[in-house]
Amino acid sequence: MNDILTGMIEAVRLILTLDPTLIEISLRSLEVTVSATLIASAIGLPLGAWLAINRFRARRAVIALLNALMGLPPVVVGLLVYVMLSRSGPLGVLGLLFTTKAMIIAQVIIITPIIASISHQAIRELWAAYHDLLISLNTTRWQRIKALLWDGRRALLTASLAGFGRAIGEVGAIMIVGGNIDNATRVLTTAIALETGKGNFALALALGFILIALAIAVNLALHLLSKTERNSLW
Amino acid sequence: MVGPILPLRAESIRVARGGKTLLGPLSLEIAGEGVTIVLGPNGSGKTTLLRALHGLERLREGAVRWAVPEPETRSQQAFVFQAPILMRRSVVDSIAYPLLLDGLLRGEARARAADAAEAVGLGGRLALQATDLSGGEKQKLAIARALVRRPQILFLDEPCANLDGRATREIEAILATVREQGTRIVMSTHNVGQARRMADEAVFLFDGRLIDGGKASDFFDTPQTPEARAHLQGDLFP
Ligand SMILES: Nc1ncnc2c1ncn2[C@@H]1O[C@H](COP(=O)(O)OP(=O)(O)O)[C@@H](O)[C@H]1O
Ligand SMILES: [Mg+2]
Repeated sequence: MNDILTGMIEAVRLILTLDPTLIEISLRSLEVTVSATLIASAIGLPLGAWLAINRFRARRAVIALLNALMGLPPVVVGLLVYVMLSRSGPLGVLGLLFTTKAMIIAQVIIITPIIASISHQAIRELWAAYHDLLISLNTTRWQRIKALLWDGRRALLTASLAGFGRAIGEVGAIMIVGGNIDNATRVLTTAIALETGKGNFALALALGFILIALAIAVNLALHLLSKTERNSLW
Repeated sequence: MVGPILPLRAESIRVARGGKTLLGPLSLEIAGEGVTIVLGPNGSGKTTLLRALHGLERLREGAVRWAVPEPETRSQQAFVFQAPILMRRSVVDSIAYPLLLDGLLRGEARARAADAAEAVGLGGRLALQATDLSGGEKQKLAIARALVRRPQILFLDEPCANLDGRATREIEAILATVREQGTRIVMSTHNVGQARRMADEAVFLFDGRLIDGGKASDFFDTPQTPEARAHLQGDLFP
């Protein structure tokens, strides 16, 4: 109990004094997860929209695959990425193992299915609503995609934020492929795991607070977005 | 510029879904000027007929022919759906959308959209979100959006079905002006009073078949079928 109390006081002190280690780890977390979210969005959003408005033979299979990938345990993703990137693995020559790039790759694999699936759902609903109008107005396929992406932009942002929220709190996969190396690949979640293990509760709690603050900020943004979505305030 | 796209001829068209015929086979010609009212009880095929003429339904038999090749008619036709389909955009941007599709710049499209909004009485609502309009205003928005490309023919599917008396009157007034300006109107309704007020020509559907109709003065005074007679008198069908 005493540990926790002194830990919390120390945590507040670390945050208020802008402790360099704390800042460094937080920024690295953001760098990795923002990168992963951007890349996963660049893949997942168009994929989701494409699945929503095109009927092709493999469509159901792709959707089933996405759903299966969504349920993939992150630790297993980490393991697979590790095997691919390890020196003897097929992509070993790239020398990416134990770098932030490897962590970004793992997070992209984890959240792309989530982003694609949420955007697929949203665009499909919008397409169902717009279908007759867009056909009546004699739109080209490209014009339809543009209208759906633009009018569905809040839902798409929601999908990206959901991916971000999932990635920022993930620990198993990036621990494996990043190695949790000080000054190199240590991020919020892996640092918390390490510092807790060392009994260094103050730093662990401070990192935890920041992680919670980030998660809450994203959830708040999600909430506000879905609210404006319903009221169509934008 | 596209030349006159009328007359429109539906030649023995039939629409079916899952082996069940919803409409036809029936033939119909839309020519000249004015308003053709498609009348009939619920489920008689009014919506299906309008959609088929507009090219939204796959025909099992027959064909819909225009005076020019069909692709050239697309920008000259417009459709107002029974339940307005609203985009997640402001009123002015919703009305401007068809013009953007035609390649107009945003500024010019918005200016023309504002004029079209003015013409249907939405001049004071330009910046509002389309979904925030009242029921009558939503339908007016759909009409303005349909008219903004200045089509030669306007299809409307029971545009006043869910509106009160005042909104209905306003929309009838708007359509009267549209008619004056030379746009051919084909509109369905199950409201006999509205049909009498607006029609130059009537088409009566029953159970997917076109069984009566003609010049409005003839049809409303002397319908040829017992079904049309009963419908005009407001009788209920078993
Ligand atoms: N998607 C559909 N699938 C099967 N039947 C339909 C569908 N849409 C309409 N129908 C049927 O087609 C017939 C004509 O419908 P509709 O054209 O909507 O009539 P109206 O507009 O005159 O009420 C009705 O019997 C209706 O039940
Ligand atoms: Mg109908």
